[in-house]
Amino acid sequence: MTVVINCRVQPEDFVVDQEYQALRRQDCGAVVLFCGLVREQFQPLERSQGMPQPTDTLQALELEHYPDMTEHSIRAIAGQAAKRFDLRAITVVHRIGLLPLGAQIVLVGVAAPHRSDAFAACDMLMDYLKNQVPLWKKVHFSTSTSWADAKASDKQALARWQTAEQNTAENCQATGKSRVSSVDV
Amino acid sequence: MPDITINTTAVSDATPQIKVLFFAALREAIGQSELQLTLPAPLQISGVLALLSAQSPKVHQALAGREVLAALNQQLVGCDSWVQSGDEVALFPPVTGG
Repeated sequence: MTVVINCRVQPEDFVVDQEYQALRRQDCGAVVLFCGLVREQFQPLERSQGMPQPTDTLQALELEHYPDMTEHSIRAIAGQAAKRFDLRAITVVHRIGLLPLGAQIVLVGVAAPHRSDAFAACDMLMDYLKNQVPLWKKVHFSTSTSWADAKASDKQALARWQTAEQNTAENCQATGKSRVSSVDV
Repeated sequence: MPDITINTTAVSDATPQIKVLFFAALREAIGQSELQLTLPAPLQISGVLALLSAQSPKVHQALAGREVLAALNQQLVGCDSWVQSGDEVALFPPVTGG
């Protein structure tokens, strides 16, 4: 079964309805679309004496990527989803560059004959995007910037789809491993 | 049995070199996005990290205590993957896209 795969990495915004219309086909009873957005975040600022705790608000996210690798790694993940589930079309659009509060970051769309495959494939694609595609978020607050930390919960979510040999993304620094062997009992 | 022949054409005079790329927080900590590295011997990714740390105090400091992922020729790999002359090795923190 041919699965139409459309993957793009771009600074430009996307129009959800255009992506949805391109995914619709006669043999598909289900289209699942997921959009990731830049959400509001707050962080505490230094407290002035006697004043209530002021907070700083997120202004934008800046997405950096590895241009020679990003698109083909998304394509490879889409290929895995197409093998695993009964699908007809996959669209992944990931934006890069400076994205202000409220902006669209990512769209994952899946068309399938039945909804269970479409939901599962969309879920799997997002878990892989979060863990295995070379994209990094820099968080811009009004008074500071920092790189977003990878979340343990995202890594755990990915493990649901993986077999042991597929887990190629491993920490190349042997930090912490030696501590385990020297525990006294 | 075929005769044993010595291949004299495939050996290049050039020193074995790889391109190393850094991204995101690691790129900022090191202060550059790429460098050329001469391979003194066949190395795995872990050996490339050790060599980089040994050659530059700045890289050593940037790598110390940091979780690092590696891609070899644009594919995510484990740290025991072998690197060859002409390869592109990318080193970066855990990804945070999506």
